Amino acid sequence: MLDRLAGTLDFQAQALVLRSERQRLIASNIANADTPGYVARELDFATALRQAASRLAPDGTAGNRLATGSATAFATGAATALAATQAGHLAGAGSTGGAAPLTYAVAAQTNLDRNSVDMDRERASFADNTVKYEATLRFINGQVRTMLSAITGQ
Amino acid sequence: MGMMSIFNVSGSAASAQSQRLNVVASNLANADTVAGPDGQAYKARQVTFQTQLVGELANDPTAAGVRVSTVSEDNTPGRRVHDPKNPAADAEGYVTYSNVNPVEEMVNMISASRSYQNNIEVMNTAKSLLLKTLQMGQSG
Repeated sequence: MLDRLAGTLDFQAQALVLRSERQRLIASNIANADTPGYVARELDFATALRQAASRLAPDGTAGNRLATGSATAFATGAATALAATQAGHLAGAGSTGGAAPLTYAVAAQTNLDRNSVDMDRERASFADNTVKYEATLRFINGQVRTMLSAITGQ
Repeated sequence: MGMMSIFNVSGSAASAQSQRLNVVASNLANADTVAGPDGQAYKARQVTFQTQLVGELANDPTAAGVRVSTVSEDNTPGRRVHDPKNPAADAEGYVTYSNVNPVEEMVNMISASRSYQNNIEVMNTAKSLLLKTLQMGQSG
């Protein structure tokens, strides 16, 4: 019963986690606007959310485990793990196979230092993501308020 | 927590940009320095940035901060001006000034300050989002 109450929030919780991932990714791009050779990344939000939602069990029991994951955690399920054959090899979290929804941004203009951050685009994405994060927060607050009014019964 | 490392990301970038601003200030301050007795005038310096992963998870590409990897010196020869009356003039009457290009430095300064502002704005936005997240589920 209790998990059914919380289960309705799981989808929005997923979306909120992904929004915060994307926010951090865009912040990283903005931070590295002057770093030579940096390649801007972008999170394919639709794909990421679809992947996250498909992992939610119909009764919502798997939601808690997913809600604490990060964007890199999505690759660990079906993706191939990188074999560490030497002592210096790093565990390939975040770059395993094609399951990670991180893509590379295509540079709008070429740059002498091979940096592909387009500041205009990043600022726009940042503002867009901020608004959508707040929207998700409001959806959650609305659902909580709905549930509370159902509990109080007035 | 995802959003918390935005402060690490943007903070490291702001720190790197302020170091760049610092180097620009040194260059501008030394724009008119002449060579000392060793014949070596001040050389313009420039910082180079490098990505530094600051996430809690190793290899997390979504938390990419910045650090200054090197401060390199510009080795082009300094400006030489014929001024035999100057006490710093060499045997041929030439005074060697530093190789700082003030126009270049001013452009660099504007670029650094804009990048710094961008990062501060990112931090402000992240802060207000986090504060709103803290109030999640509270009626009001």
